[in-house]
Amino acid sequence: MYEWDFSILWGYRWLLLQGLGVTVAFTVATVVGGLTIGMTAAICLLSRFKILRGIALGFIEIFRCTPVLVQLIWCYYALPMIAGIEMTPITASLLALSCYGGSFYAEIIRGGIVSIDSGQSEAASALGMTPALAMRRIILPQALRRMLPALMNQSILQFKNTSLVSILAVPDLVYQGQIAAHDSFRPLETYTAVAVAYFMILFPLTLYVRHRERRLGEAR
Amino acid sequence: MTAKSPMIEIAKLRKRFGQLEVLKDINLQVQQGGVVALLGPSGSGKSTLLRCINLLVTPDDGTIRVGETSFQFGKSVQQPKTKPLAAFRSRTGMVFQSFNLFPHMSVLGNVIEAPIHVKGLDRKTATDRAMAQLEKVGLADRASQMPDTLSGGQKQRVAIARALAMEPEVMLFDEATSALDPELVGEVLQAMQKLAADGMTMVIVTHEITFARDVADRVVFMRDGYVVEEGPAREVIDTPKMDATKTFLSHFHKGATPR
Repeated sequence: MYEWDFSILWGYRWLLLQGLGVTVAFTVATVVGGLTIGMTAAICLLSRFKILRGIALGFIEIFRCTPVLVQLIWCYYALPMIAGIEMTPITASLLALSCYGGSFYAEIIRGGIVSIDSGQSEAASALGMTPALAMRRIILPQALRRMLPALMNQSILQFKNTSLVSILAVPDLVYQGQIAAHDSFRPLETYTAVAVAYFMILFPLTLYVRHRERRLGEAR
Repeated sequence: MTAKSPMIEIAKLRKRFGQLEVLKDINLQVQQGGVVALLGPSGSGKSTLLRCINLLVTPDDGTIRVGETSFQFGKSVQQPKTKPLAAFRSRTGMVFQSFNLFPHMSVLGNVIEAPIHVKGLDRKTATDRAMAQLEKVGLADRASQMPDTLSGGQKQRVAIARALAMEPEVMLFDEATSALDPELVGEVLQAMQKLAADGMTMVIVTHEITFARDVADRVVFMRDGYVVEEGPAREVIDTPKMDATKTFLSHFHKGATPR
């Protein structure tokens, strides 16, 4: 019978906390990056120009239909070869995760925008608003409220996906966990602690999302 | 009628949606301060015609002039650009059947939105003007409420105030009372009547025959994309000449508010 001893983790507390900090920072950065990319792609999807729609659709499908792990490795090893630019593991990870998240956000945002009653944009047009102004002042504020739960769900996935950046030696929670596990010869305790850390952050968030979804359901 | 040129002038207007020709060579003039009611069965094209006046629907052919601004349509003519189109619409007010208030803004927010962001008024001036408009429709005390706390009739009166806050040259009403419970129709019609009495140029698509007879000075009866009959409101409604008009009007009891 294995003898659990979590006390050994105390010695690695700063290492693991540092890793957690990197994980959170990566999540925030790629959520912001992903939302920016997603919003741009969604607007392009709804554009009247066929070229923009085509580009956005191509981008989304490429990133939705390939594994994010492959994208990470590809961005780090292959992209610098093609583009002729140096890339640190951190830039490559940020780029891949932002694009991956962005492709999913784009569909959510597009869906949110088209779900708003066409009477809203008609009323805005009738008052003399340009389509851009109507989108910014009338459509998006309503759409964002409606898609918030879905965006948060995607961001929760994004949080978990950051664990993959350890493959490029980015010192996130998983990477630091690996170091602690090798160093202490206590992988069971270490990875349990890592899993608990993820859970403790994400569980309250999922509760919040569920609460928002329920409220949204009642509002309709 | 004055010798001045009409406020709204529509000539040779055509519109088709796919196979369906909805408007077939429509000509229409509305004098300044005139109130024209568009009547006709569902699918007669009256709503499409109304939506062509502020170009929410782009015609295939013909010309539209409101006030000083005119647009020409046709195969050889370029479609109007976004900016002039928006500027044109900012001078025509429209009220919709389903109100279309902005649900994420207060009543006041709805009314000051376009004056601030389209006309560039400062918040203070816009608020003063908005409150004056809300006062006129009797809803000044509801300014800080959200739209979903209002009754249908109140919502529609806010929508009227919102359109008026842009100080439009003409007002277009697209079945403004059709979505309302019967007991709420009166308050909206009253607001429209007051507006007409103030000299606003109005085009009204309605099923309220009595209202059309009392408030409009001209009636245009449409069927299948044509103007079938046109004339002074009382004359057309009381003694219609064309069979189509007679048949349509026979569905309504004179004097009663039709539903």
